[in-house]
Amino acid sequence: MAESVRLEMRGIRKIFGATVALEDVDLTVAAGEVCALVGQNGAGKSTLMAILAGALKADAGAMRLDGAAYAPRDPLAARQAGVAMIYQERSLAPRLTVMENIVLGVEPVRGPLAIVDRDRMRQIAAKALAELGHADIAPDDVAGDLSPAAQQLVEIARARAIGCRVLVLDEPTSSLGHADVAALFDLIRRLKQSGIAVVYISHFIEEVKHVSDRFLVLRDGCNAGGGVTADTRSEEIVARMVGRSVDDLYPRGTHVRGEPILDLEGVGPAEATLTLHRGEVLGIAGLLGAGRTHLLRTIFGLEPVTVGRIRVAAFAGPASPRDRWQHGVGMLSEDRAGEGLAQGLSVADNLTLSHPGPLGPPGFVLPSRQRSVAVRWADRLAIRCADVRQPVAELSGGNQQKVAFARLLHHDVDVLILDEPTKGIDVASKAQIYELIDELARARKAVLLVSSYFPELLGVCDRIAVMSRGRLGPPRSVEEWNEHSLLMEASGARAS
Amino acid sequence: MERALAVDGSVGRPRVVASRRLLDETGVLIGLAVVLAIFGALIGPQFFRAANLELVARQTVIVCVAALGMTMVIVSGGIDLSVGSVVALSTVVTAVLLQHQGPAVAALGALAAGGVCGLVNGVLVTQLRVVPFIVTLGTMLLVRGAAKGLADERRIEAPVTWLNSLLRTVRDGSGLLLPTGIWITIVLAILVALTLRYTRFGRHLFAIGSSERTARLCGVRINRAKIVVYTIAGAFAALAGVMEFSKLSVGDPTVSIGLELDVIAAVIIGGGSLAGGKGSVVGTLAGAAIMAVIQIGCSQQGLSNWVQQIVTGSIIVGAVALDRLRS
Repeated sequence: MAESVRLEMRGIRKIFGATVALEDVDLTVAAGEVCALVGQNGAGKSTLMAILAGALKADAGAMRLDGAAYAPRDPLAARQAGVAMIYQERSLAPRLTVMENIVLGVEPVRGPLAIVDRDRMRQIAAKALAELGHADIAPDDVAGDLSPAAQQLVEIARARAIGCRVLVLDEPTSSLGHADVAALFDLIRRLKQSGIAVVYISHFIEEVKHVSDRFLVLRDGCNAGGGVTADTRSEEIVARMVGRSVDDLYPRGTHVRGEPILDLEGVGPAEATLTLHRGEVLGIAGLLGAGRTHLLRTIFGLEPVTVGRIRVAAFAGPASPRDRWQHGVGMLSEDRAGEGLAQGLSVADNLTLSHPGPLGPPGFVLPSRQRSVAVRWADRLAIRCADVRQPVAELSGGNQQKVAFARLLHHDVDVLILDEPTKGIDVASKAQIYELIDELARARKAVLLVSSYFPELLGVCDRIAVMSRGRLGPPRSVEEWNEHSLLMEASGARAS
Repeated sequence: MERALAVDGSVGRPRVVASRRLLDETGVLIGLAVVLAIFGALIGPQFFRAANLELVARQTVIVCVAALGMTMVIVSGGIDLSVGSVVALSTVVTAVLLQHQGPAVAALGALAAGGVCGLVNGVLVTQLRVVPFIVTLGTMLLVRGAAKGLADERRIEAPVTWLNSLLRTVRDGSGLLLPTGIWITIVLAILVALTLRYTRFGRHLFAIGSSERTARLCGVRINRAKIVVYTIAGAFAALAGVMEFSKLSVGDPTVSIGLELDVIAAVIIGGGSLAGGKGSVVGTLAGAAIMAVIQIGCSQQGLSNWVQQIVTGSIIVGAVALDRLRS
């Protein structure tokens, strides 16, 4: 197959602080080949592609493009060398026209004043679109008015217009409907025939099976095998992604399931139906963008309830976040920096924001009392900070997360909604959060936990439900799941 | 270096933070001291005579009162451009009411009018979800127009009452030492400072300004807090207007055009951030004082108005740039 190697990445290493993101990773793609890059969340796919695109610099290793050394200084240099990326989120200038987007940065000009040559611009755009078999998109349309699928085509046309040799597609089907996906696969086949090397990143195994010639698995920042897609069964690919067995990070006390405290009936687009009991940790597994966060936010009143019913203990019907706190529900946001914590505020202010009641007479906050409350939690959770009046932004990720968690403990809520509670934090803090979750369940609190990291769900949950393609399946006892079956279910591989 | 210390430290080492906290406001206080020292050196010891310092205070009191409200608004991440117009409306309302009513009713009426303007700002900001800059840019014109309409585009004469002596130097030996208007400002400044620091409302303003999404997640009643803060700011602007009336002794719908920029500048020089979540009463008052000292110092030194403006402008940019460097 690889009669001429187009792209070669050898021994790539990337280190962020104390974390090794990539170690000795190799990737080769031949001209006219589609190579699927697969791996779990956090396996290092994005980092590897950022290095390819010139957005990050590798700490070790070398890249070659058509045999010549390739070391882009920045994303522009990468584009000029013929490496184009199509990201999950569209990156068109929405107010500009299709043709302006296609030639953005390489506008054809004429005359000494470098006046933009709109006629040639239109020709270039029309030609690029026609090559993709989409002459139906008019060069003069405003990009923002197009459908997501058409916008994606414009991005691909832009990649063609700059003469791309390597095209990276990152989860390209996540915003597309069924028919558009089929059209995209057709297009990828045609791009392949024209000699472009395609790197295709996806969580969805059936897509990988369908569209790729070869696949490469990344796991924990290392190569974890690869091969010819047609010769490999889906289960084998998944097994390579999962790799090692569950480790012993997870304490597990005896949880006694008590009375129901949170009841969902056909809530939201996920049509989520489940019952959460006291003394129980219920996990929701799924891949990024599966709609889990939206469901949690709906329960907590941050998003409107479009369909279905939510009942918390005796309180039925929709509610605001303020009501939810009063109902004894607390939420930990997955967006720690943007929502979970007010970065400019102190540890103490962040910790007590939802529950200033004990800090003074009604309406007042006495700094001395606020301080002693905060110091107590900081000691209890071993939050490392110079002082509880220190801005929370100056703390490490793990300590920040413990502050956000301490807010729920300070509020003494009965239902804890945790969205990716261990995202981007160190192992020690993770272990501490697992312990806390176990402790809470033993104290007859109810925990609803969303995570993309399956070992963690299997380690701490009593029951797990899987969300796939926007639908929530029925919760099943943790004994009935393993990493493999979770990933199969979440990536929709079972359907194929 | 400070940052590294803070991150590596363990629980219970308040000294590092205490010194940093001091720095937040000492910056602007040092600035004030420097400006005073420069003009003291240029003009001589008479610059520091009590009468002269009182002149500085009287000069700046109108900006200060309005800036107290603005500090709260800016802490909450908002802005209020309608201040100058509310001041003008307030002078007109005071004058109109004085023609038939007593001075207390007139002043209260003016405060109520300002409060309503602020309420409108708050309701528009929260209900229309239009950014405060645009909303208050609109009400700036709207209120100015209302003031002119109410005054029939004329100055409104009013009988002389005790309102006219709010900012007059005390010479009757009553032991007041300072004009009533300055005392009122001092009391309000203390109240606002305490509110920001010790009340739930004050802490919520910082939370909203620092991260509205976090405040929402934590169940803070954001809309209510915003409506209240704009209403208070409107009432403060109206009080500044009553003091302006005291100086003018007429209601003038064309007065205080552009005052809001001085008010915002005072808050910003004092360490407030237009991004929200930052600002303090002490800083704001010092910021207003810096501008007043420059103004009075320059005029006593015989420097023209254009010099003043260049110096003040440089200080605004310099103060904020310095703040960026520090953080």
